[in-house]
Amino acid sequence: MSKLINWFTEGRSSGQYTLPFVILLLGVTVLASAANLLLPQDSALYVSTYSITLLGKYLCYAMLALAVDIIWGYCGILSLGHGAFFALGGYAMGMYLMRQIGDRGVYGHPELPDFMVFLDWQELPWFWLGMDQFWFAMVVAVVVPGLLAFVFGWLAFRSRVTGVYLSIMTQALTYALLLAFFRNEMGFGGNNGLTDFKEILGFDLQADSTRVSLFIATAVILSLVLLASQRILSSRLGKVTLAVRDAEPRTRFIGYRTERYKVWLFVYSAVIAGVAGALYVPQVGIINPGEFSPINSIEIVIWVAVGGRGTLIGAIIGALLVNYAKTRFTAIMPDGWLFALGALFVLVTLFLPKGLMGLYGQLQSKRRQSAEQEVQS
Amino acid sequence: MSALENSLQGLRETFRRDQVWPFLIDKQSKVDVSNQMILYVEGLNLSFDGFKALNDLNLYVNDGELRCLIGANGAGKTTLMDVITGKSKPDAGSVYFGQTHNLLTKDEADIAQLGIGRKFQKPTVFEEQTVFDNLELSLKTDKRVIQTLFARLSPSEIDRIDEVLAIIGLKKHRFMKAGALSHGQKQWLEIGMLLAADPRLLLIDEPVAGMTAQETERTAELLTSLAGERTVIVVEHDMEFVRSIARTVTVLHQGSVLAEGTMDQIQNNKDVIEVYLGEEAAEA
Amino acid sequence: MKLFLSLCLFLSACMTPALAASAETDALLQQLTQTKLSKMPAMVQQLEATGDESLLPVFRAWLAGDLHYIRDDNTLVVEVDVNGVDTFQDPYTQATIAGLTSKQVRKIKVNNKLRGLLRGVIARIQLTSRDAGVRESAVRALLADIDDETFATLERIYPTEPNSDVRSTMQTALSIYTAQDQNSSQSARLAAIDVLGDSLENDVRNVLLSLERSDNPVLSSAATQALVSINRQVERYALVDQLFFGLSLGSVLLLASIGLAITFGVMGVINMAHGEMIMLGAYTTYVVQLLMPNYIDYSIWVAIPAAFLVSGLMGVVIERLVICRLHGRPLETLLATFGISLILQQLVRTIFSPLNRQVSTPSWMSGSWEINPVLSLTLNRLYILAFALLVFFALVMILKKSSLGLNVRAVSQNRSMAKAMGVKTEWVDAMTFGLGSGIAGIAGVALSQLTNVGPNLGQAYIIDSFMVVVFGGVGNLLGTLVAAFTLGIANKFLEPTTGAVLAAIFVLVFIILFIQKRPKGLFPQKGRAAE
Repeated sequence: MSKLINWFTEGRSSGQYTLPFVILLLGVTVLASAANLLLPQDSALYVSTYSITLLGKYLCYAMLALAVDIIWGYCGILSLGHGAFFALGGYAMGMYLMRQIGDRGVYGHPELPDFMVFLDWQELPWFWLGMDQFWFAMVVAVVVPGLLAFVFGWLAFRSRVTGVYLSIMTQALTYALLLAFFRNEMGFGGNNGLTDFKEILGFDLQADSTRVSLFIATAVILSLVLLASQRILSSRLGKVTLAVRDAEPRTRFIGYRTERYKVWLFVYSAVIAGVAGALYVPQVGIINPGEFSPINSIEIVIWVAVGGRGTLIGAIIGALLVNYAKTRFTAIMPDGWLFALGALFVLVTLFLPKGLMGLYGQLQSKRRQSAEQEVQS
Repeated sequence: MSALENSLQGLRETFRRDQVWPFLIDKQSKVDVSNQMILYVEGLNLSFDGFKALNDLNLYVNDGELRCLIGANGAGKTTLMDVITGKSKPDAGSVYFGQTHNLLTKDEADIAQLGIGRKFQKPTVFEEQTVFDNLELSLKTDKRVIQTLFARLSPSEIDRIDEVLAIIGLKKHRFMKAGALSHGQKQWLEIGMLLAADPRLLLIDEPVAGMTAQETERTAELLTSLAGERTVIVVEHDMEFVRSIARTVTVLHQGSVLAEGTMDQIQNNKDVIEVYLGEEAAEA
Repeated sequence: MKLFLSLCLFLSACMTPALAASAETDALLQQLTQTKLSKMPAMVQQLEATGDESLLPVFRAWLAGDLHYIRDDNTLVVEVDVNGVDTFQDPYTQATIAGLTSKQVRKIKVNNKLRGLLRGVIARIQLTSRDAGVRESAVRALLADIDDETFATLERIYPTEPNSDVRSTMQTALSIYTAQDQNSSQSARLAAIDVLGDSLENDVRNVLLSLERSDNPVLSSAATQALVSINRQVERYALVDQLFFGLSLGSVLLLASIGLAITFGVMGVINMAHGEMIMLGAYTTYVVQLLMPNYIDYSIWVAIPAAFLVSGLMGVVIERLVICRLHGRPLETLLATFGISLILQQLVRTIFSPLNRQVSTPSWMSGSWEINPVLSLTLNRLYILAFALLVFFALVMILKKSSLGLNVRAVSQNRSMAKAMGVKTEWVDAMTFGLGSGIAGIAGVALSQLTNVGPNLGQAYIIDSFMVVVFGGVGNLLGTLVAAFTLGIANKFLEPTTGAVLAAIFVLVFIILFIQKRPKGLFPQKGRAAE
């Protein structure tokens, strides 16, 4: 255990901004929460519960972007199906919340969720058993995305499917799941998904305090995931990951089983996405098959691209910025958003291949150069 | 009757006393070179779409030898290296490393961990990482995932990296990104990565392509110094370079061995002259 | 249904020259208005006995319950519903009689017994029509219940019937009668049942089913045998039907993916906006039809080149503006083209509204080809199947024989060498991409005939098309052909057992697994160059 802690705390060299970023993130979270709970509603500094929920949602997206960045930015695997892992985690949480409704549903059935009563089902399907236990649902939220990623990754990486092919396979994967979850027979509420949640762990989901707690939990988990990922990627495993991204055959010829590295990184990333999904659902109050749609997954990629892939903080910043822009844009001119998003895809790939973080890096090195020149002259 | 004979025959095969059962061979065991021979390549055949890249090729390499492979384009040199390192699987034939390791049943990573290093025709290093990191990754260590995650450089490993840096002359550039090195330096770094892995057998594909005369000379020095302790197989087009390092030269032609011997023998070999210079030259 | 309508039109056109009935029939018709319902069957027979073909519209209107007479002068009129208003027409000329209201007329009654009689009469009149198609459908209409009179008529005209199809239907009708006829000899009835075993008509099956339940054990077992043989045939044709639908889906997949096979397969450029090129083609068809509303039948011939140009030009623009700057960075190309697809979708949504648009089918493409009573192939699917193959072979010829094709192949195999040989690689790239996009546009024209034209049209096909190209082996057009039809047929054969959604999922999962096993598809490019 102490070995683990040692490992965690040493070698922060390559992630010099990570710790300050985490402190900033947690600081903002605490301030916003306090402003919501402690200040009166008419105060100028009051943060509405709506904003808190919105922020919590953004942080979930940020975690999702982090997951994509880990495998795309660091390992060169462009997954166009990460929305699937996110949605699976979300469904696990949704199932738990659904079971918590109990007999307060429209049909008042003590055990079956409304949609099952509506479909005239007599008993819970086997995969809904145990989902009334929070801990079990959370295990499922982590294990199912991880398992799917493991099976898919094991098959794909072992037969050396790479590049564009892999991207398309991941897209097909999420598309297949989309079709599957739309079916009522699957037992996940079909088209409408799972919604009308009442409470989580006994706390009312509509209460301000619950909302704030969920927001804080999201921020804390995001910070932990960020620190852990930073640590993993600055270990030798991280170096192998970069090596796989830049020259996979070479890595194999110096004795690394690259497919195993890719599979485990893929699983790690999928688990993060699953956790993000599980945190997302109680905050937005619904999960439906739309989360599986390929366009959602590909949008995550653009968050990462905007922020700067290959930098963990970049992915988070990208997710926050793009989603904030989306919220504002859709409020002002709803039709314009898809134009803006499309243009963002084109412009970022053409002119900003390393994203905002890359731009920052470029500016800094320029400043350093000019400073050096001044010193020399 | 014949079925019984077959099974008896199979039983005898299984219990032949001159062989060791595959599952008894330790994966990481030492290379068995008790016959002074490190590489056995026998009856190798490989064709792409009807084109025979390797045609019943036989090659034996002694332990500690420095062997040069020459031959025209398409003679099968790179394909042979692909087969030895596990990148391509042949249609027929066998490749043994020492007496016990059947290389055809192993993949690239296994073969690399057995101690066979390979340098590509085009220098491939990890351009986004420093020279030091490049070498660290190549060290002979436990390369499983979890072990790599918790790996830390031991003092002896740092010494080893310094040593290699000195050999390849990149000491000053240790924290430079590999992508920023010159072409020749990248070639050297790649050789350094092979050395860091402490291999028994080095396969080196065109090491001096794009190098200056000076760099070529140093490379020749390095390769000759390696032989003895390690076995080195070099593929090269530069005849001057081959002459300067080679003790034994093997000439490949259309996927099989045309001639083998010292440089002088090769240069006077009728078949080689015929293939390289045409029939008139051979008659003259 | 359409067939029936056109038949009616045709018939009325034939009949009008006769204009009015002869005096004898006129008198009978006058009498009709005064006859009681119970006496009417006799009247029908009398009317038929006149052999007057011009009575056909009267019989028809009677059958439909639209025949009326004016109270004042007993003139027969036909009630017609014109835009919700009941008006009355002359039965022969179809001229509207102005000023007549429903109060001034009285309906000529009809009951089930009469309806049966009338149907027989109408069919018998039509049996002597000059058009073989009319005769055929007349016989078919008779199959349901053949009375003695019809049987006699059929038996009379059967030997002189020139058309073999009509003859075989007539034989079926005769056999139905004989098989059920108590007065015929057992051997004759058995022979008739045997004949029925080859027919696929629904009525035949009903007759055989009732015979199967009869007391006569010999007849019953013969009927069972005939039914088994019929069912076997029906199953065989059901299989053909499924195969046709599979081929049809395959042709759609082929059209959708063939352009991708060029841009992705030959150029190695991944174009996520490919689906939108299809969509643009479909919208081009819509616009062309808007511009020439009176020439819908010819609009397709304008739409095909127009769609090729629109999508092709768009492709060239995209290539020059975006893709050529991302050379050798496939993942970035994927993202940028995805952005373009979003923009194009939203553009179409803004210009044409997010709702689906209706594209009409030219008359020569609508309807179906009825091979027999259980198998009919819709014409538009048939044409699209042929069209897909045509486009495919045209493309293969372009790549094989034309100088553009030579350049394209040169560039795809070795870009730098082609450049060194003086091939303008940039021009070739733009043209290849334009060609691939243009073909996607043509696919859009074809798709507009099968599905709704909306902004999301392309989205529905993009993943499937990629699957087809990857399954068939990248860079191999023949592989694309085989893959498209294999997937189409597999999908349609899975559908009855699993349902459409699960079938789609199974096919996707199958391809995912297949790619694991053979990453280079069905027909991989081999050799060192492929590494």
